[in-house]
Amino acid sequence: MSTTVLPQLQLDDVTVGESLPALHYEVTATTVVLGALATRDWRPMHHDKDFAVERNGTQDIFLNTPNQAAWFERYLTDWTGPHGRLARVTFRMKGSVFPGDTMSLTGVVDSTSVDDVGCGFVTVEVTLSVDRDVKTTCAARIALPLNADDNPWARRGDQWRPSP
Amino acid sequence: MTASDVSSTAALAEMRDLIGKEQYHEVGEFPVERSYVWTSCASVENGNPLYWDESVAQELTGGPVAPPSMVSVWFRPHHWAPGRTQEALPLQVHFDLKAALGLPEAVMTDNTIEFHTPVRMGDVLQTHQVLRSVSEEKTTKLGTGRFWVIDVVYANQDGELVAVESYTGFGYRRGEASAS
Repeated sequence: MSTTVLPQLQLDDVTVGESLPALHYEVTATTVVLGALATRDWRPMHHDKDFAVERNGTQDIFLNTPNQAAWFERYLTDWTGPHGRLARVTFRMKGSVFPGDTMSLTGVVDSTSVDDVGCGFVTVEVTLSVDRDVKTTCAARIALPLNADDNPWARRGDQWRPSP
Repeated sequence: MTASDVSSTAALAEMRDLIGKEQYHEVGEFPVERSYVWTSCASVENGNPLYWDESVAQELTGGPVAPPSMVSVWFRPHHWAPGRTQEALPLQVHFDLKAALGLPEAVMTDNTIEFHTPVRMGDVLQTHQVLRSVSEEKTTKLGTGRFWVIDVVYANQDGELVAVESYTGFGYRRGEASAS
């Protein structure tokens, strides 16, 4: 099917080892609370500083995991554009992100491939860090179009294989 | 320190008996809705036109879809609902483990999500949880406790697989790390 929305990024635009543009964001209490509410995560350590300090032993409230997933998705699709279709993500939480932190998301392309059913994929290692201290890593596999007429979102059933 | 200092052997055996069993089949309390998609996008300043521009959504995905990473959101209940008498907790197996093993605090350490059929507006998703493993006792900088892995399987109203999410949690008691 011919599309009028042209891909922002195609598989052959991508080189293994290339870096994605970095994203820097100043986290506030509002960021943390917005993220918790947007993911319907009502647990108090994501909105109540006293609870976070006294019960969790952390310095403040902190970004929850599902909201970090949304941050990683946004970071990846800023790069790929709307044709990019997330297939699989693995997060590893190493430390918490607190109000007052400037978080930096950076990413490096780990591999490019075309699977058995002709879908193009890249894997990207994304790192969320604060002052170069790694807080969360995300290994992402995301489908990219092979050409201007390709659209990974059109794949269904066994034509879509999110895990290699 | 022995395992029984942190959790009773019987409780541990009972939890381990649940490994591999489907638990907590649930149907979403409400249909997938666009307003919450925008709430999510706004929280992370996600300007992907797929979620904001009707014509892009129509062309690429045949109409609006939800960001894949939101899949678990559709099962987190609102904070209150009429007639609800118990606090509804998402990822109930996680809270069952904390309670059964006597581990008052917990954090999530790993999270893998595999995305299948896109989630569309109006979908009413269904889910179930499967405990995959419970570790031996471990001590980290947070305290002493156990790691566990829980899968959450999501499907739409037509039974199509939407996503499989796998969480690693660490339930613990504070302070025991420094005492040992």
